[in-house]
Amino acid sequence: MRALTYHGKHDVRVDTVPDPEIVNPRDAIIEVTSTAICGSDLHLYNGVIPAVMNGDILGHEFMGRVVETGPGSTLKKGQRVVVPFTISCGQCFHCNKQQYSACDNSNPAENQDLTTPLYGRPVSALFGYSHLTGGYPGGQAEYVRVPFSDVGPIVIPEGHDDEKVLFLSDILPTGWMAAENCDIEEGDTVAVWGCGPVGLFAVQSALLMGAHQVIAIDHYPRRLELARQLGAEVIDFTQTHVLEALIEMTGGVGPDAVIDAVGMESHGFAVDNLLDTVKQTVGLGLDRAHVLRECIMACRKGGRVSVPGVYGGFIDKFPLGSFMEKGLQMRTGQTHVQRYSQDLLKRIEADEIDTTFLISHRLPLEEAPTGYANFYSQQNDWTKVVLKPGA
Amino acid sequence: MTMHSKYRTGSDRNRGAPVSVLALLGLLAAGAGLAYVSVKRTQPYRGDHRPPDSAPGRTSRQHRYGEYAVIGNTVTINKPRAELYAYWRDFANLGQFMENIEAVEVTGPDSATWRISGPAGSTVTVKTRVVDDRPDEQIAWRSVEGSEIDTEGKVMFRDAPGGRGTIVEAIVAYRPPAGEMGRWIAKLFQKEPRVQGRRDLKRFKMLMETGEVATSKNRKAA
Ligand SMILES: [Zn+2]
Ligand SMILES: [Zn+2]
Repeated sequence: MRALTYHGKHDVRVDTVPDPEIVNPRDAIIEVTSTAICGSDLHLYNGVIPAVMNGDILGHEFMGRVVETGPGSTLKKGQRVVVPFTISCGQCFHCNKQQYSACDNSNPAENQDLTTPLYGRPVSALFGYSHLTGGYPGGQAEYVRVPFSDVGPIVIPEGHDDEKVLFLSDILPTGWMAAENCDIEEGDTVAVWGCGPVGLFAVQSALLMGAHQVIAIDHYPRRLELARQLGAEVIDFTQTHVLEALIEMTGGVGPDAVIDAVGMESHGFAVDNLLDTVKQTVGLGLDRAHVLRECIMACRKGGRVSVPGVYGGFIDKFPLGSFMEKGLQMRTGQTHVQRYSQDLLKRIEADEIDTTFLISHRLPLEEAPTGYANFYSQQNDWTKVVLKPGA
Repeated sequence: MTMHSKYRTGSDRNRGAPVSVLALLGLLAAGAGLAYVSVKRTQPYRGDHRPPDSAPGRTSRQHRYGEYAVIGNTVTINKPRAELYAYWRDFANLGQFMENIEAVEVTGPDSATWRISGPAGSTVTVKTRVVDDRPDEQIAWRSVEGSEIDTEGKVMFRDAPGGRGTIVEAIVAYRPPAGEMGRWIAKLFQKEPRVQGRRDLKRFKMLMETGEVATSKNRKAA
């Protein structure tokens, strides 16, 4: 089959690789019909995530048709499914608590050793990402082996376009969980850093959850315009003092909840970023965390900090004094996708959530490297790229 | 038992009584139907001036088990004790989750022959006898004559709190032989003494909880 593979920083290629097979009883093989490039794929593309090997198949946002099932799968050949980017067994302590992204059993035992020294406990598996998270071949391919296929995949009724439901795989539930982690109350203002796909879905979700006001912060005019269309107030951080503006836009209080939808490669123009960039370049494993620092500084006393943005290593100059003295709470984590699948599918069917507005480009899988290059270098216009295998 | 001498330590030699390593570590209970005595622990594996704490001895910063390498790991499995005990008690199952085991042949109600894969296609044979068997609670075994490694091991099952299944603790002690094989075994079991045991127990958990062992390979092994 053809698949998008990693060959080093800013070097991804579409290669011919062996087709996947059923390996474990609960596996299914999916023929991919649509797959997207994610902002977190850019962390791989930029070479800032460790344990990505040459030849790894990338991609964790995908959907398609079931073409083969193992004896333990509950799927049927021909069904259309969206596959969550997190791989979860459905039977461990964490899965039983619906903490699907903390699954004990999806990351192979030998890979679990990789994250134990880094994080204290091993993390669970994701498709198409680092070997820290299992090294499972990803979805930017013609076919994917999907483990625990009786737990993850969301069966999609016929009649919905791929693009309407594709983002159930990651960015929609990720934006939704980001807003849920804000514990939104009546009258709340929620500030969202980053108007990428996750940030934009967080804007929609926060408004659906009853936020009085959502303020979105970015510097790409096109992305700010999308946020505005969804009902957010916007701040361009290149034009405006963010902290001052947030206080003035919230009656002198500060936002009740803040969302860092940027993560470890924030492109702020702040001084602290320069040091972080140096450290990231020389491989000290410090994440660029300007946005997280600003989130904490901006949040009102007793407020909530929600972090859907991806971090992989360590940060310094964490404003712990501000965090403690203001009595903030922080909630974060990879998304427990399976927890939200059915509810969000219903909301899509009821047209409560617009999922297609952010797709800017559709490309055949063969042109995926172009998609990566432009998604990386032209973030204003390339908001979301959907790849079509076999096209 | 015929291998008592191999398990003697300085302190018990003085008393003329054979003591197993696991007994020394406080891990093999007295009254197990064996000729072992439990010796008064003179803290052979703890720092002299360190007050005892509640942690297992194998997590001590000082590893001193004499000639033995000791591997011990704990895992919580979301299944009842009886189910886990029963699976383990059939030693023929162990190769399903222990990476280095080619096969375990059950040769009697309490005896088994283990074939452990070695370097360059070689195989190490270990014959064991179950020396303590308490249904749904624990299984202890020791190597007997005809084994290429001195080893003893024990797995314990106890209820996890709050209905969280079973806490499984497995401990294995080895004394590697001399020569090339010894160097290989030392490398396997002493250089990273916890790695293999930890991975094996994680695979046991996967198999018991999910019915399969997770792998990211997307094709069957050739
Ligand atoms: Zn994603
Ligand atoms: Zn699980």
